[in-house]
Amino acid sequence: MSSTTIKPARSGFSLAEYLTCLNGIVWREALRFLHQRERFVSALVRPLVWLFIFAAGFRQVLGISIIPPYETYILYEVYIAPGLMAMIQLFNGMQSSLSMVYDREMGNMRTLLVSPLPRGYLLFCKLLAGTAVSLLQVYAFLLIAWFWDIAPPPIGYLTVLPALILSGLMLGALGMLISSGIKQLENFAGVMNFVIFPMFFASSALYPLWRVQEGSPMLYHVCLFNPFTHAVELTRFALYGQINWISLAVVGSCTAAFMIGAIYAYDPSRGLVRRGPGGAEA
Amino acid sequence: MTATDAATTSQNSPDISPRPEPAATPALSIDGVSHSYGIRRALIDINFAVAPASFTALLGLNGAGKSTLFSLVTRLFGIQTGRIGIFGHDIGQAPGEALRLLGVVFQPRTLDLDLSVTQNLLYHAALHGISRRDARLRSEEVLARIGLADRAGSKVRDLSGGQMRRLEIARALLHRPRLLLLDEATVGLDVKARADILSHVRQLVTEQGIGVLWATHLFDEISLSDDLVVLHQGRVLAHGEVSRVIAETGAPDVNAAFARLTAAAPSGSPAS
Repeated sequence: MSSTTIKPARSGFSLAEYLTCLNGIVWREALRFLHQRERFVSALVRPLVWLFIFAAGFRQVLGISIIPPYETYILYEVYIAPGLMAMIQLFNGMQSSLSMVYDREMGNMRTLLVSPLPRGYLLFCKLLAGTAVSLLQVYAFLLIAWFWDIAPPPIGYLTVLPALILSGLMLGALGMLISSGIKQLENFAGVMNFVIFPMFFASSALYPLWRVQEGSPMLYHVCLFNPFTHAVELTRFALYGQINWISLAVVGSCTAAFMIGAIYAYDPSRGLVRRGPGGAEA
Repeated sequence: MTATDAATTSQNSPDISPRPEPAATPALSIDGVSHSYGIRRALIDINFAVAPASFTALLGLNGAGKSTLFSLVTRLFGIQTGRIGIFGHDIGQAPGEALRLLGVVFQPRTLDLDLSVTQNLLYHAALHGISRRDARLRSEEVLARIGLADRAGSKVRDLSGGQMRRLEIARALLHRPRLLLLDEATVGLDVKARADILSHVRQLVTEQGIGVLWATHLFDEISLSDDLVVLHQGRVLAHGEVSRVIAETGAPDVNAAFARLTAAAPSGSPAS
């Protein structure tokens, strides 16, 4: 008779194992992104349409006074560039969320969730991977925008990186949290109507808040409480080598809150979503 | 092939080696597990164990609770009542240690169709913390074993259904688990592909000493020397060696034994 010798499972994971896992998730996300060329193109076309058409049309209508971080009068195109960068990240975060719902429906999500590494860490890796993809898109946009005379100081391309990482994490975490509550892919259209558009338009992405305040004090307060406004302002200041501390605090806090919410929602024992036997699991 | 034929053939088949002595720690232990979806009870006080280096068939009709049980064992669902252990590691208390020893093939395809065969394997390896170099070596090894070495660079969507299933099994074995769960792994495959996959999994039991829990609703996938768990409407109706379950029910074969067991089971279960 044969006997079976069972090697006891090691407890815990080494740093190398954690890094290998992170590397694998980022690598897979990048591969998927590269395979979906139309996703890359549409991610770029969207802000460029705003920049080339919308901004050109509104340049004469919307005057921009000197407001920090700008030290002189600027073109409207220059003003909305940080908002469009944040818009890329907003759409990317929601796209990641859509892809998580799709993966869940198709069953791919199970591959990730049955990994022995801690589930919170796996979700964080997924978030980082999505953020890395959004950075590629933002820098591609900045490159094209440079030819459109949107040229922040050279150091700005570097100082904006941490801000983009943080805002990418916040918007990705929000997408992840939303994805945990969406049971079917068809329901995702609601995200467009109830999350993306209100967040984008009720922010400082397209017009400075003092302008909003003149038009509607109530909307001004909505914009102030919108985390996307602070993602835009954090990016705007960082692009000019400055830090907007309030925005940094808001974006940092919201990132932590959304991330904790997403981990909670994806926890098998505490999840917000009660899943049925035939439905999408976890 | 009838269930009896299949059982007889398997019993006489030389590739089924004697069952090893039961180890002190079962590969999988399920103790008093119940699960509900709201007021609907999907599993009711489930108790059974899978020994290392054994093939256990989990037999049940669609909706019996097999997939729910798999979701609990793999920690996709949280355990509401009871305890599940994998080689002694509680899936609720020490999920990392438990899942490290577990390989899973789910009923729906879980491969990334747009990635290549090797890329799918490397991704899985990364999720288990296996270094890229090691993962490449293991991938080549498993692909050679399942006869897909020449398709390593192919997109998964270009594979046949049988090849995809073999790849999923290979992927589940990449991190060298000691327990393998397969949920209706042969659904949708032709007769030959089904036979190949079943034979491959049985080899894993005899050659590598892996404990297997094979969920199915097909009687001809069960042999007389297997362990059998009959799950019906969320309850375990019988558990033991197939030949013993058949004898105890006084039926001529597994098919008839299952029919007698389910006919005698309480009807109107909320799990139905």
